[in-house]
Amino acid sequence: MSNSSSLNGAQHYKVGIEHISSSRKSAGKGLIIVASLSLAIILLFQILYKSDLIAFGFDSWRAVLYTYLIWAAALAYGQVLVRGELGKRALFLLPALLFTISMVIFPTFFGFFVAFSDWNLSSFEGRQFNGLDNIRTLWNDVYYWNALMNTVYYLLMVVVEFVIAFGLAVLLNTEIKARKFFRVAFLMPFMLSPVAVSWMLGKSLMEYRFGPAATLARYLGWETPAFFSTPWTAKISMEVMDGWMFIPFMMILILAGLQAIPKDILEAAKIDGASSWQTFLKIIFPIMIPVSITVLMLRIIFKFKLADIVINVTSGGPGGATDTVTSYIYRVYRERSNVGYGTMLAEVYLILIIIFMLTFLSLVNRLRKKVK
Amino acid sequence: MSILSSDIYGRESIRRFNVAWIRIFIYFGLIFWAFVCLFPVYWTLTTVFKNAVSVTQGYLIPWIDFPPKMIGLRSLGLSPNTIFEVSTVRDEFLKRFSNSAIVSIGASFIAVLIGSLAAYGLTRFQYKWGFFKNNDISFFFLSQLIIPPVVLALPFLVLYKELALLDTRIGLILLYTLMVLPIVIWIMQDQFSTIPIELEEAAFIDGLSVWGVFLRIVTPLSFPGMVAAFILCFVLSWNEYFFAALLTGADATTLPVMVASQTGSQGISWWSMAALSTAAIAPLALIGIFLESYIVKGLTAGSGK
Repeated sequence: MSNSSSLNGAQHYKVGIEHISSSRKSAGKGLIIVASLSLAIILLFQILYKSDLIAFGFDSWRAVLYTYLIWAAALAYGQVLVRGELGKRALFLLPALLFTISMVIFPTFFGFFVAFSDWNLSSFEGRQFNGLDNIRTLWNDVYYWNALMNTVYYLLMVVVEFVIAFGLAVLLNTEIKARKFFRVAFLMPFMLSPVAVSWMLGKSLMEYRFGPAATLARYLGWETPAFFSTPWTAKISMEVMDGWMFIPFMMILILAGLQAIPKDILEAAKIDGASSWQTFLKIIFPIMIPVSITVLMLRIIFKFKLADIVINVTSGGPGGATDTVTSYIYRVYRERSNVGYGTMLAEVYLILIIIFMLTFLSLVNRLRKKVK
Repeated sequence: MSILSSDIYGRESIRRFNVAWIRIFIYFGLIFWAFVCLFPVYWTLTTVFKNAVSVTQGYLIPWIDFPPKMIGLRSLGLSPNTIFEVSTVRDEFLKRFSNSAIVSIGASFIAVLIGSLAAYGLTRFQYKWGFFKNNDISFFFLSQLIIPPVVLALPFLVLYKELALLDTRIGLILLYTLMVLPIVIWIMQDQFSTIPIELEEAAFIDGLSVWGVFLRIVTPLSFPGMVAAFILCFVLSWNEYFFAALLTGADATTLPVMVASQTGSQGISWWSMAALSTAAIAPLALIGIFLESYIVKGLTAGSGK
């Protein structure tokens, strides 16, 4: 993410002075103003109607959505009218930008509005502002803190996954036959739907009576191979399943990094008499540090979203041992159908993630400066 | 002289011996991991054809261990003798399957469309809106990746209810587009920056506008990248469960939700679960086998630098 600047290719020259007639400019400005005004008016009417202050309006907010779309189109066309060539260039970015802003920024702030309320969707009372109650409940919510601690455990396990993925990538990068077969086979788990995997692995393969994994465990001397009954076995089984799905992802990225290492460097090391272990430690590993950081960062981002297999295999059990924040919030919502408290939990989680990622990025940058 | 040469010969044979052992170790590791990756898939596929006895006995190889039965497919109404009969389970399954297909193809298409445009703009032009320049805008898009679905899910539940988008495919398409858009922008920025800018400049001189250049010159050249991005988006949207579980109820439910609801119920038979899981993973397994290079291309965009 921090290295996005390195992606930049060559850029086109800036636009020179372009003559746009003043009538065209004012037409464009007029279009944008009219569109904005009508959006504001419709929004105002809808708010008034929904708060029972006026008698006419639309049943759902969809009319506002359509007006918003028209407004966006008018904004885009107005840009071209007012700014000419620059406007045409802005058109490339505008759809994605408007889409992301309206789909993320608005709901996130709307989320803060929801978070400070007691809002049961299935009751008729609607939203009840309850101040800091949700924060107080959160502070005393043992299960939430437990889910956060579990997340820390899952995050630490990323290191183990990384080591395995690195090893596999090194194996795949050697001179082997049937490389295509191994690549396809190794990539397979990443393609599979987590929900299907939670049945395939969690509910059938690791089933304690008939599952092949349980049979194998019995054969190896574990008499009661219940993979999900005690807290730590459940935690480890969950991590095994998640690792199984995501090691391919890390492996592919590391492999690409390994293949990008110039061959002549390795040959030079060989001529200088370096053993393969020395070559790995002194040459391959340092070259791979930037790629490794990218891989770890992406993996951590995915790890923060871990939920599907937890929800479907153990639903957080036993006693919350495998809970992640997401699966816990899902359960809270399903049990109480209260969006207020769930949103508060989620927003706090988001803030913690942002703090974590910023710390991670600044540590990485400091490390880079040190290496230089 | 002869002693010396035999010594060299001895060292050489030791080296060869070591190399042979290393090769054996490498292949052992590769085959072991291939087994780890493929066995669950094999197990699921064969369980489709197992009856209760075969399941409880842990039989593994069809025809040798157990005679394959069509019960898994029959439970979905897809076995040879039920395929022409009316089957509510099959209708249900096909509805979920087509929902999944429509939603993931729709979301991937929109994401690749607006994502490619934005990525091209960010690669080739200098934008400046207030304090925000190209790198800040790129970072803004990429930073969307870290937002966990759960943060958006509950506000969207309320918003969609008000917008009458709850339990609609459009609603899911919008959310999935949002989810995969940063990935598209990342991949396509990498793609566009590898196109020689001279090609585009020559086209400008020939009188094409920026949009003409993008449609006639840049799109054909970067088409493989767009396909890679599309496939990756398709995989991610097809597998998505969390939003679908919260925001759909009856009409727009996707295949993962159906699989999950069956997993939860206790009395369900293994063969029908296996059949359902197989159906859920089959399209992606096929993509993985035949389009592996595109997925690798999509995943590795920009990370090798």
